[in-house]
Amino acid sequence: MGIMHDIEKGFIRTDIPAFSPGDTVLVKVRIKEGDKERIQPFEGVVIKKRGSGVRCMFTVRKVSYGTGVERIFPLNSPAVESVKVLTKGKVRRAKLYYLRDLSGKAARIKEKR
Amino acid sequence: MIQGILGKKIGMTHIFAEDGSIIPVTVIEAGGYVVQRKVRANDGYDAVQIGLGEKKEHRTSKAMKGHFKKAGTPCLYHLAEVKCSGEDAYTPGQAIKCAEVFKEGEFVDVLGTSKGKGFQGSMKRHNFSGGGDSHGSMHNRAPGSIGSSSDPSRVYKGMRMAGHMGSDGVTVQNLKIVAVKNEENLLLVRGAVPGAVNSVMMIKKAMKKKPA
Repeated sequence: MGIMHDIEKGFIRTDIPAFSPGDTVLVKVRIKEGDKERIQPFEGVVIKKRGSGVRCMFTVRKVSYGTGVERIFPLNSPAVESVKVLTKGKVRRAKLYYLRDLSGKAARIKEKR
Repeated sequence: MIQGILGKKIGMTHIFAEDGSIIPVTVIEAGGYVVQRKVRANDGYDAVQIGLGEKKEHRTSKAMKGHFKKAGTPCLYHLAEVKCSGEDAYTPGQAIKCAEVFKEGEFVDVLGTSKGKGFQGSMKRHNFSGGGDSHGSMHNRAPGSIGSSSDPSRVYKGMRMAGHMGSDGVTVQNLKIVAVKNEENLLLVRGAVPGAVNSVMMIKKAMKKKPA
Protein backbone atom coordinates (compact mmCIF):
# COMPACT_ATOMS: atom_id res chain seq x y z
CA MET A 1 0.00 0.00 0.00
CA GLY A 2 2.80 2.36 0.86
CA ILE A 3 4.42 2.19 -2.56
CA MET A 4 1.13 2.67 -4.40
CA HIS A 5 0.32 5.65 -2.21
CA ASP A 6 3.67 7.27 -2.99
CA ILE A 7 3.20 6.85 -6.73
CA GLU A 8 -0.33 8.23 -6.73
CA LYS A 9 0.59 11.13 -4.45
CA GLY A 10 2.52 12.86 -7.23
CA PHE A 11 -0.59 13.04 -9.40
CA ILE A 12 -3.13 14.20 -6.84
CA ARG A 13 -4.03 17.87 -7.22
CA THR A 14 -4.43 20.02 -4.18
CA ASP A 15 -5.67 23.15 -5.98
CA ILE A 16 -9.18 21.80 -6.62
CA PRO A 17 -11.76 22.82 -4.00
CA ALA A 18 -13.91 20.26 -2.20
CA PHE A 19 -17.36 19.75 -3.68
CA SER A 20 -20.02 17.08 -3.54
CA PRO A 21 -23.01 15.87 -5.57
CA GLY A 22 -25.68 18.54 -5.82
CA ASP A 23 -23.23 21.42 -6.11
CA THR A 24 -23.24 23.61 -9.18
CA VAL A 25 -19.72 23.92 -10.55
CA LEU A 26 -17.89 25.65 -13.37
CA VAL A 27 -15.26 23.34 -14.85
CA LYS A 28 -12.69 24.81 -17.19
CA VAL A 29 -11.20 22.22 -19.52
CA ARG A 30 -8.10 22.54 -21.66
CA ILE A 31 -8.84 21.50 -25.21
CA LYS A 32 -6.17 20.96 -27.82
CA GLU A 33 -7.05 21.66 -31.44
CA GLY A 34 -4.12 20.98 -33.69
CA ASP A 35 -1.30 22.91 -32.06
CA LYS A 36 -3.58 25.51 -30.48
CA GLU A 37 -4.90 25.17 -26.97
CA ARG A 38 -8.03 26.81 -25.65
CA ILE A 39 -10.09 26.64 -22.50
CA GLN A 40 -13.70 25.50 -22.60
CA PRO A 41 -16.03 26.19 -19.67
CA PHE A 42 -18.65 23.64 -18.65
CA GLU A 43 -21.19 24.65 -16.03
CA GLY A 44 -23.68 22.31 -14.41
CA VAL A 45 -24.71 20.19 -11.46
CA VAL A 46 -22.44 17.49 -10.10
CA ILE A 47 -24.59 14.36 -10.21
CA LYS A 48 -21.97 11.81 -9.18
CA LYS A 49 -18.52 11.55 -7.72
CA ARG A 50 -16.81 8.19 -7.61
CA GLY A 51 -13.40 6.71 -6.80
CA SER A 52 -10.83 8.04 -4.44
CA GLY A 53 -7.32 9.42 -4.63
CA VAL A 54 -5.91 9.76 -8.12
CA ARG A 55 -8.75 7.71 -9.63
CA CYS A 56 -11.53 10.09 -8.56
CA MET A 57 -14.01 10.96 -11.34
CA PHE A 58 -17.05 13.24 -11.32
CA THR A 59 -19.98 13.78 -13.65
CA VAL A 60 -21.45 17.21 -14.41
CA ARG A 61 -24.90 17.58 -15.95
CA LYS A 62 -26.35 20.60 -17.65
CA VAL A 63 -29.28 21.25 -19.94
CA SER A 64 -28.15 22.82 -23.18
CA TYR A 65 -30.91 24.15 -25.48
CA GLY A 66 -33.37 21.68 -24.00
CA THR A 67 -31.01 18.69 -24.27
CA GLY A 68 -29.38 17.14 -21.23
CA VAL A 69 -25.58 16.98 -21.52
CA GLU A 70 -23.37 15.06 -19.12
CA ARG A 71 -19.59 15.11 -19.03
CA ILE A 72 -17.31 12.94 -16.94
CA PHE A 73 -14.05 14.47 -15.72
CA PRO A 74 -11.10 12.87 -13.96
CA LEU A 75 -10.67 15.08 -10.89
CA ASN A 76 -6.86 15.04 -10.98
CA SER A 77 -6.39 15.33 -14.74
CA PRO A 78 -4.06 18.06 -16.00
CA ALA A 79 -6.70 18.71 -18.70
CA VAL A 80 -8.94 20.19 -15.99
CA GLU A 81 -7.77 23.79 -15.74
CA SER A 82 -9.90 24.68 -12.72
CA VAL A 83 -13.09 23.84 -10.85
CA LYS A 84 -15.12 26.60 -9.27
CA VAL A 85 -17.97 25.85 -6.89
CA LEU A 86 -20.83 28.26 -7.69
CA THR A 87 -23.49 27.03 -5.27
CA LYS A 88 -23.70 24.30 -2.68
CA GLY A 89 -26.77 22.12 -3.20
CA LYS A 90 -28.91 20.44 -0.57
CA VAL A 91 -29.50 16.85 -1.70
CA ARG A 92 -30.35 13.61 0.06
CA ARG A 93 -28.48 11.08 -2.04
CA ALA A 94 -25.03 10.54 -3.50
CA LYS A 95 -26.05 9.78 -7.09
CA LEU A 96 -28.52 12.27 -8.56
CA TYR A 97 -29.66 10.14 -11.50
CA TYR A 98 -33.25 11.21 -10.84
CA LEU A 99 -32.42 14.61 -12.34
CA ARG A 100 -32.34 12.93 -15.77
CA ASP A 101 -36.07 12.31 -15.59
CA LEU A 102 -36.90 15.83 -14.43
CA SER A 103 -36.91 19.07 -16.36
CA GLY A 104 -37.56 22.73 -15.83
CA LYS A 105 -38.64 23.83 -12.35
CA ALA A 106 -38.69 20.26 -10.99
CA ALA A 107 -34.99 19.80 -11.73
CA ARG A 108 -33.96 22.63 -9.41
CA ILE A 109 -31.84 21.83 -6.36
CA LYS A 110 -32.29 23.70 -3.09
CA GLU A 111 -29.31 25.71 -1.99
CA LYS A 112 -27.56 24.74 1.22
CA ARG A 113 -27.39 27.50 3.80
CA MET B 1 23.46 -6.60 -20.25
CA ILE B 2 21.03 -9.20 -18.93
CA GLN B 3 17.85 -9.65 -20.96
CA GLY B 4 15.40 -9.78 -18.06
CA ILE B 5 14.87 -9.43 -14.33
CA LEU B 6 12.51 -10.78 -11.70
CA GLY B 7 9.83 -8.54 -10.27
CA LYS B 8 6.97 -8.49 -7.80
CA LYS B 9 3.57 -7.05 -8.65
CA ILE B 10 2.69 -4.20 -6.28
CA GLY B 11 -0.63 -3.14 -7.78
CA MET B 12 -2.42 -1.21 -10.49
CA THR B 13 -3.41 2.42 -10.73
CA HIS B 14 -3.48 5.08 -13.39
CA ILE B 15 -1.37 8.13 -14.03
CA PHE B 16 -1.87 11.11 -16.30
CA ALA B 17 0.04 12.04 -19.42
CA GLU B 18 0.85 15.71 -19.97
CA ASP B 19 -2.13 16.16 -22.30
CA GLY B 20 -4.49 14.83 -19.63
CA SER B 21 -4.99 11.36 -21.07
CA ILE B 22 -5.11 8.50 -18.59
CA ILE B 23 -2.44 5.78 -18.69
CA PRO B 24 -3.33 2.56 -16.83
CA VAL B 25 -0.18 1.22 -15.18
CA THR B 26 0.96 -1.80 -13.21
CA VAL B 27 3.60 -1.08 -10.58
CA ILE B 28 6.30 -3.76 -10.39
CA GLU B 29 9.11 -3.86 -7.86
CA ALA B 30 11.99 -5.31 -9.84
CA GLY B 31 15.56 -6.00 -8.88
CA GLY B 32 17.18 -8.68 -6.77
CA TYR B 33 20.66 -10.11 -6.74
CA VAL B 34 23.10 -11.89 -9.00
CA VAL B 35 23.47 -15.34 -7.44
CA GLN B 36 25.58 -17.23 -9.96
CA ARG B 37 27.50 -16.47 -13.12
CA LYS B 38 27.50 -19.15 -15.80
CA VAL B 39 30.29 -18.90 -18.37
CA ARG B 40 30.83 -20.72 -21.64
CA ALA B 41 34.15 -22.24 -20.60
CA ASN B 42 32.66 -23.84 -17.53
CA ASP B 43 28.95 -24.32 -18.20
CA GLY B 44 28.76 -24.33 -22.01
CA TYR B 45 26.70 -21.11 -22.19
CA ASP B 46 26.66 -17.55 -20.85
CA ALA B 47 23.98 -16.63 -18.35
CA VAL B 48 23.32 -15.08 -14.99
CA GLN B 49 21.31 -16.67 -12.21
CA ILE B 50 19.29 -13.99 -10.48
CA GLY B 51 17.21 -14.13 -7.32
CA LEU B 52 14.46 -12.12 -5.67
CA GLY B 53 12.64 -12.02 -2.34
CA GLU B 54 14.61 -12.39 0.87
CA LYS B 55 13.66 -15.28 3.14
CA LYS B 56 14.74 -16.29 6.61
CA GLU B 57 17.75 -18.54 6.93
CA HIS B 58 15.96 -21.21 8.96
CA ARG B 59 13.47 -21.63 6.13
CA THR B 60 16.25 -22.38 3.66
CA SER B 61 17.58 -25.87 3.03
CA LYS B 62 21.21 -26.61 3.89
CA ALA B 63 22.14 -27.05 0.25
CA MET B 64 20.62 -23.72 -0.78
CA LYS B 65 22.16 -21.97 2.21
CA GLY B 66 25.56 -23.00 0.89
CA HIS B 67 24.62 -21.73 -2.56
CA PHE B 68 23.65 -18.30 -1.23
CA LYS B 69 26.64 -18.17 1.09
CA LYS B 70 28.98 -18.75 -1.82
CA ALA B 71 27.29 -15.94 -3.74
CA GLY B 72 27.34 -13.63 -0.75
CA THR B 73 23.60 -12.83 -1.01
CA PRO B 74 20.80 -13.18 1.52
CA CYS B 75 18.66 -16.31 1.22
CA LEU B 76 16.11 -15.81 -1.56
CA TYR B 77 12.74 -17.26 -2.50
CA HIS B 78 12.87 -17.10 -6.28
CA LEU B 79 15.73 -17.98 -8.61
CA ALA B 80 15.84 -17.73 -12.40
CA GLU B 81 18.41 -17.74 -15.15
CA VAL B 82 18.68 -15.06 -17.83
CA LYS B 83 20.90 -14.81 -20.87
CA CYS B 84 23.72 -12.33 -21.13
CA SER B 85 26.81 -11.96 -23.27
CA GLY B 86 30.18 -13.37 -22.23
CA GLU B 87 31.83 -9.99 -21.72
CA ASP B 88 29.25 -8.66 -19.25
CA ALA B 89 30.70 -8.09 -15.82
CA TYR B 90 28.27 -9.60 -13.35
CA THR B 91 29.65 -10.89 -10.09
CA PRO B 92 27.67 -12.98 -7.60
CA GLY B 93 26.37 -10.93 -4.71
CA GLN B 94 25.84 -7.85 -6.83
CA ALA B 95 22.46 -6.11 -6.47
CA ILE B 96 20.54 -5.53 -9.70
CA LYS B 97 18.97 -2.15 -10.36
CA CYS B 98 16.05 -2.20 -12.78
CA ALA B 99 17.14 1.16 -14.22
CA GLU B 100 20.34 -0.48 -15.50
CA VAL B 101 18.34 -3.00 -17.51
CA PHE B 102 15.25 -1.09 -18.65
CA LYS B 103 14.66 2.44 -19.85
CA GLU B 104 11.52 4.49 -20.22
CA GLY B 105 9.80 3.93 -23.56
CA GLU B 106 11.12 0.40 -24.05
CA PHE B 107 8.80 -2.56 -24.58
CA VAL B 108 8.83 -5.65 -22.39
CA ASP B 109 7.27 -9.11 -22.25
CA VAL B 110 6.03 -10.16 -18.83
CA LEU B 111 5.92 -13.86 -17.88
CA GLY B 112 3.79 -14.62 -14.86
CA THR B 113 1.36 -17.10 -13.36
CA SER B 114 -2.29 -16.22 -13.80
CA LYS B 115 -4.72 -16.10 -10.89
CA GLY B 116 -6.08 -19.53 -9.95
CA LYS B 117 -9.80 -20.00 -10.58
CA GLY B 118 -10.19 -23.55 -9.17
CA PHE B 119 -12.39 -26.20 -10.82
CA GLN B 120 -14.53 -24.46 -13.41
CA GLY B 121 -17.20 -25.59 -15.85
CA SER B 122 -16.89 -25.45 -19.61
CA MET B 123 -18.76 -22.14 -19.89
CA LYS B 124 -16.24 -20.19 -17.82
CA ARG B 125 -13.19 -22.25 -18.80
CA HIS B 126 -13.71 -22.51 -22.56
CA ASN B 127 -16.37 -19.88 -23.27
CA PHE B 128 -19.01 -22.49 -24.23
CA SER B 129 -22.43 -20.96 -24.73
CA GLY B 130 -24.42 -23.38 -22.56
CA GLY B 131 -28.12 -24.00 -23.01
CA GLY B 132 -31.33 -22.08 -22.50
CA ASP B 133 -32.36 -20.72 -19.14
CA SER B 134 -36.12 -20.67 -19.57
CA HIS B 135 -38.99 -22.48 -21.37
CA GLY B 136 -38.34 -25.56 -19.21
CA SER B 137 -34.81 -26.08 -20.47
CA MET B 138 -32.88 -28.61 -18.40
CA HIS B 139 -29.62 -28.03 -20.30
CA ASN B 140 -28.37 -24.93 -18.53
CA ARG B 141 -24.57 -24.89 -18.15
CA ALA B 142 -23.75 -28.41 -19.46
CA PRO B 143 -21.14 -28.79 -22.23
CA GLY B 144 -23.37 -30.78 -24.62
CA SER B 145 -22.11 -33.63 -26.77
CA ILE B 146 -18.50 -34.69 -26.27
CA GLY B 147 -18.23 -37.02 -29.25
CA SER B 148 -19.78 -39.70 -31.47
CA SER B 149 -21.15 -43.14 -30.59
CA SER B 150 -19.77 -46.68 -31.20
CA ASP B 151 -17.22 -45.31 -33.63
CA PRO B 152 -14.77 -44.24 -32.06
CA SER B 153 -16.30 -45.51 -28.78
CA ARG B 154 -14.13 -43.13 -26.79
CA VAL B 155 -13.68 -39.43 -26.09
CA TYR B 156 -10.89 -37.78 -28.06
CA LYS B 157 -7.91 -36.51 -26.15
CA GLY B 158 -7.86 -32.79 -25.57
CA MET B 159 -11.68 -32.52 -25.55
CA ARG B 160 -12.54 -29.22 -23.88
CA MET B 161 -14.29 -30.03 -20.62
CA ALA B 162 -14.63 -28.79 -17.06
CA GLY B 163 -11.48 -28.79 -14.94
CA HIS B 164 -8.88 -26.71 -13.22
CA MET B 165 -8.60 -23.18 -14.55
CA GLY B 166 -5.98 -20.53 -13.94
CA SER B 167 -2.56 -20.75 -12.30
CA ASP B 168 -1.17 -21.09 -15.83
CA GLY B 169 2.04 -19.64 -17.11
CA VAL B 170 1.02 -16.58 -19.12
CA THR B 171 3.15 -14.24 -21.20
CA VAL B 172 1.93 -10.76 -22.06
CA GLN B 173 3.90 -9.25 -24.89
CA ASN B 174 4.82 -5.69 -25.81
CA LEU B 175 3.99 -3.73 -22.69
CA LYS B 176 5.44 -0.24 -22.69
CA ILE B 177 7.53 0.98 -19.79
CA VAL B 178 5.95 4.26 -18.73
CA ALA B 179 8.44 5.14 -15.99
CA VAL B 180 11.44 3.74 -14.17
CA LYS B 181 12.11 4.79 -10.60
CA ASN B 182 15.71 4.06 -9.77
CA GLU B 183 15.87 4.59 -6.00
CA GLU B 184 12.79 2.49 -5.23
CA ASN B 185 13.58 -0.07 -7.97
CA LEU B 186 10.12 0.33 -9.48
CA LEU B 187 8.89 -0.19 -13.01
CA LEU B 188 5.62 1.33 -14.22
CA VAL B 189 4.34 -0.77 -17.10
CA ARG B 190 1.37 0.20 -19.25
CA GLY B 191 -1.52 -2.25 -18.90
CA ALA B 192 -2.10 -5.40 -16.89
CA VAL B 193 0.25 -8.26 -16.08
CA PRO B 194 -0.71 -11.84 -15.13
CA GLY B 195 -1.12 -12.81 -11.49
CA ALA B 196 -2.31 -11.40 -8.22
CA VAL B 197 -0.66 -8.65 -6.19
CA ASN B 198 2.61 -9.87 -4.61
CA SER B 199 3.07 -12.55 -7.26
CA VAL B 200 6.48 -12.85 -8.86
CA MET B 201 7.08 -12.51 -12.58
CA MET B 202 9.88 -12.37 -15.10
CA ILE B 203 10.21 -9.15 -17.08
CA LYS B 204 12.09 -9.56 -20.35
CA LYS B 205 12.95 -7.24 -23.20
CA ALA B 206 10.23 -7.53 -25.84
CA MET B 207 10.89 -10.19 -28.47
CA LYS B 208 8.83 -8.49 -31.17
CA LYS B 209 8.55 -4.78 -30.53
CA LYS B 210 11.47 -2.39 -30.27
CA PRO B 211 11.23 1.26 -29.17
CA ALA B 212 10.52 3.62 -32.06
